[in-house]
Amino acid sequence: MAKVLVVTSGKGGVGKTTSTAALGGALAQNGERVVVVDFDVGLRNLDLVMGAERRVVFDLINVVQGVAKLSQALIRDKRLENLWLLPASQTRDKDALTEEGVRRVIADLRTKFDWVICDSPAGIERGATMAMRYADEAVIVTNPEVSSVRDSDRIIGMLDSKTARAEKGEQVKKHVLVTRYDSGRASRGEMLSIDDVLDILAVPLLGIIPESQDVLKASNVGTPVTLNSANSAPSRAYFDAARRLNGESIPMTVPVERKGLMDRLLGRRAA
Amino acid sequence: MSLNLMRLLGRRTGSAPVARERLQILLAHERGMIGQPDLVGVLREEILAVVSRHVMLDPDKVMVKMDRGESVSTLEVDIELPNGFERRTRLPVNALA
Repeated sequence: MAKVLVVTSGKGGVGKTTSTAALGGALAQNGERVVVVDFDVGLRNLDLVMGAERRVVFDLINVVQGVAKLSQALIRDKRLENLWLLPASQTRDKDALTEEGVRRVIADLRTKFDWVICDSPAGIERGATMAMRYADEAVIVTNPEVSSVRDSDRIIGMLDSKTARAEKGEQVKKHVLVTRYDSGRASRGEMLSIDDVLDILAVPLLGIIPESQDVLKASNVGTPVTLNSANSAPSRAYFDAARRLNGESIPMTVPVERKGLMDRLLGRRAA
Repeated sequence: MSLNLMRLLGRRTGSAPVARERLQILLAHERGMIGQPDLVGVLREEILAVVSRHVMLDPDKVMVKMDRGESVSTLEVDIELPNGFERRTRLPVNALA
């Protein structure tokens, strides 16, 4: 039974695209058939983070409008044969996403994959509402910072009112994924703690992704962090999160960086 | 340096509690607003209608402001009347209803 998952946040720059790629990679590495779909029409980036930017021919808008077939637009990952990408258009705008067209594409993807992961654009406009429209579950990516938490709260309200499920009186299952977490700063009271974020948002926690330079390194080379450095702290956190998405119960921990001696001597911190 | 000193003295002076408190107050308000008509706008219209039954006034000179605090909020209504304002002599039939 396919699941449609939207990765959303309201605020930009919190790690939606990184998390889409990392979770998609982790699920595919566990043998599931996964497609990641970029809904950020006009500002696509999932192709770049996935390292497929030079292989885009057709895109989501072409498929929505019936110009191309789904099979022509899907790009298979070079490293994982059960991981696919449906890129966004770089030249069109979000108005090209029709509700009926998106419904058809999502329904089609459901028949071909175990997981359909929709990478939402920032904001609360059409691109974001279309990304969440047909979702069964939602990952709300949140940084432990006031503006991100406020925007997450707004998005949670939209998931509960503007999705197809909500309109049928059903629930979109929601998960909070805290990213760019610095446990040192949180313990010193300089950063909202996990408990603060969860108390305020009242949505169950999917995982805690520590702030780490491995995330930037992975996007530099166009590989999901879970493939690029599978044993790094953020990757271990993403693998745990992916297993929780599959219903496994795994104790919640904050993976820590394994620093080398030189890092310690030079006092290097995660970028 | 003073920060380090305070840390040495065992005082937790982080800003996270402030962030948490500000968010809780803000979101308690914003959640109430979702799907609701604009409360201040509605109040302004109705106050304007009530006062207009008795006094001629300029609708642009009616200010309604709401200030939200942690435990209480205040509603401030400021209506400017011209000197020697014109009192309506005949009330509409249902004005006292």
